[in-house]
Amino acid sequence: MTAALRPALSACPACAAAPAAEALAGRDAPKDAQLILSLPTIHCAACIAKVERALQDDPRVHAARVNLTLKRVSIEAAPGLRAEDIIPTVEAAGFEAHELDRAALSATATDRAGRDLVMRLAVAGFASMNVMLLSVAVWSGAEGPTRDLFHWISAAIVLPAVAFSAQPFFANAWRALRARSLNMDVPISLAILLALATSLWETSLSGEHAYFDAAMALTFFLLTGRYLDHRTRAIARSAAEELTALEVPRAWRLSDDGEMQVDVADLRPGDLIRVRPGGRMPVDGVISDGHSELDRSLLTGETLPVQALPGQVVSAGEVNLTGPLTVRATAVGRDSSLHRMADLVAVAESGRSRYTSLADRAAKLYAPGVHILSALAFVGWYLYAGDLRVALNIAAAVLIITCPCALGLAVPAVTTAASGRLFKRGLLIKNGTALERLAQVDTVVFDKTGTLTNGTPVLTNLADIAPEDLSVARALARGSAHPLAQAICAAGGGDALSDAALGAVTEVPGHGTEAHWQGRRVRLGRASWVGAEPGPLTATYLRIGDAEPVAFTFTDQLRPGAAEAVLGLQKAGLAVRLISGDTAPAVEALARTLDIADWQADALPEDKARAIARLSDDGHRVLMVGDGLNDTAALAAAHVSISPASALDAARVASDIVLLGQALDPIPDALGTSRKALRRIRENFTIATWYNVIAVPLAIAGLCSPLIAALAMSASSITVSLNALRLR
Amino acid sequence: MNILTYLIPISLILGGLGLAFFVFTIRSNQYDDPEGDARRILSDAYDDKPKQD
Repeated sequence: MTAALRPALSACPACAAAPAAEALAGRDAPKDAQLILSLPTIHCAACIAKVERALQDDPRVHAARVNLTLKRVSIEAAPGLRAEDIIPTVEAAGFEAHELDRAALSATATDRAGRDLVMRLAVAGFASMNVMLLSVAVWSGAEGPTRDLFHWISAAIVLPAVAFSAQPFFANAWRALRARSLNMDVPISLAILLALATSLWETSLSGEHAYFDAAMALTFFLLTGRYLDHRTRAIARSAAEELTALEVPRAWRLSDDGEMQVDVADLRPGDLIRVRPGGRMPVDGVISDGHSELDRSLLTGETLPVQALPGQVVSAGEVNLTGPLTVRATAVGRDSSLHRMADLVAVAESGRSRYTSLADRAAKLYAPGVHILSALAFVGWYLYAGDLRVALNIAAAVLIITCPCALGLAVPAVTTAASGRLFKRGLLIKNGTALERLAQVDTVVFDKTGTLTNGTPVLTNLADIAPEDLSVARALARGSAHPLAQAICAAGGGDALSDAALGAVTEVPGHGTEAHWQGRRVRLGRASWVGAEPGPLTATYLRIGDAEPVAFTFTDQLRPGAAEAVLGLQKAGLAVRLISGDTAPAVEALARTLDIADWQADALPEDKARAIARLSDDGHRVLMVGDGLNDTAALAAAHVSISPASALDAARVASDIVLLGQALDPIPDALGTSRKALRRIRENFTIATWYNVIAVPLAIAGLCSPLIAALAMSASSITVSLNALRLR
Repeated sequence: MNILTYLIPISLILGGLGLAFFVFTIRSNQYDDPEGDARRILSDAYDDKPKQD
């Protein structure tokens, strides 16, 4: 899961010392640049060779290594080399490349935990296989000294193996006991320890029943469940990290020596920052120079850009559209409005953390029940037979039979299968209980801008515009980065005038573009600047000389799959709502297109969160789908939340599921899969319970041999895993 | 049954060797890029710079 940031694990001391020596030497010498690029389109052996060869032919690159699993390349290059310098080389080889922020890819710790688990799993697997083989001999009738010998060998294998492999369970159980509570690991640890203790005692008295194999198999199966659980979460975490790492936080600081590119983290209040057209505001601040327009859709949900003039306050996250701006920072990093939203999120999230997963609820019933049952068996047999050894043997058998082996596998096996299936369809499940919660949803709340719509406008009245006007407008719009201008160019129809015919086109930042054509002044831009009457719709205006201004009206383009997603959810019997920060006419138009009866416009971030809270209070389980900063509080307040990959980092962090592709139609699928997954989890619980119902009376009656214990445990674990795999 | 004196230690040692080898593969990061390694073998260029850390 992590490629480049792994410390070397080495057996020889010289190898371990070498990097340290290098590090000492490196203090004086300039350090090599370490870069990581994401290569989303590589897929085969030829791609690997092509990328690596292209990079190694560059004299500045010292080493390049592609990781196909992660679709990344890590590059060691000459000091001072930046990603922008090297990306063209990769693109020339025919592959899309994006820089990844190395700081955001620090998954080393989680990966070490994963490796630790695999190691324990390997030891447990090795030990349980060998012990099972020895047990087969005992089950098939070995007697006397042979049986004792086999038991002693088993003990010699199992005791150290359990001491190493079962540590995670012991540690968890100890933590729970110290907090005076019970979790699933308490009965597990007790069963393992009690089984080992009684088996040792039995063996020393050359008795017949020893549960070494059962204790070991138990550890192995439970570790498998643990590992599956860990892997699902690690995959989701690394994919989420990659999304974050794709946004490399850089800014251009203006100082006496000119412009310098710096990390956003190094900015201080009072710094002057240059924001180019198309760039995102890195900080809160006041515009000190320049005219432009700002796209605030991610913060407020407004589709229409607002004008930016010197003296105006801007917040981090807004996108600068038409002209370069110089901003004096007033709040950076944690203090900026982007981060202030985090407070709202924290409040909302406290509600969600109260959710207890199915497994936890099962454990709450299960753990005390198991302990009481085996204690009763112990006391009952002690009173009846008056023999401590028999009573202890039976108590251990009951604990082993009831040990939540299948329960420990039931949930992780299903979530792994379901998450894997959804990941293939472009959904990233970030939270362990997200699937369970998604299955319970009965109301879906959508945000408009950037979620149901792309946030990019499309021209609606193409047919009403005279071809001549259109060609003038397209020629004027050609050079502009403004979304409305780009929409005019994208609409097509009519040939744009050549640049020569139009004369010099000048962009007036914050207003529009202007030129001279056939001796007349032509302008395309804001209503007030062109001299037109502003209408209710999103529009830009063209005026040729003194002629009547022509309006170009726009609507926000639907995200692909939006209509299918809404229809699919409605068909599945869910109530669909629309809450947006945009103006009423825009929201109403969209609601009508998508056939959503229940919509709300002009909603502030607090309004959204409050609407969700009100729905929850009425007993609804709400799924929130949103992308903007104004949605974060609502995303955190909802029972479960989804955000597209294009969303702001803050929104992605607040949501449980991230939609990796463009289209929205995987959402109804995800709902179906999650419901199926919940059904499988329930089935698995039922299967595990039935095994117990059959085997527990045998154990209590004292009829349970180690063979029956081993059979019941393995059979239930395997059935549960196979049942989970049906989900794929 | 005296044969057991040889067979049991032999089987345990062989199994232990397997385990030790598996631990070695984990420690030397051989599971970092399973897909890439599976494909690299198809490339005719000799992979003389395998990732070391």
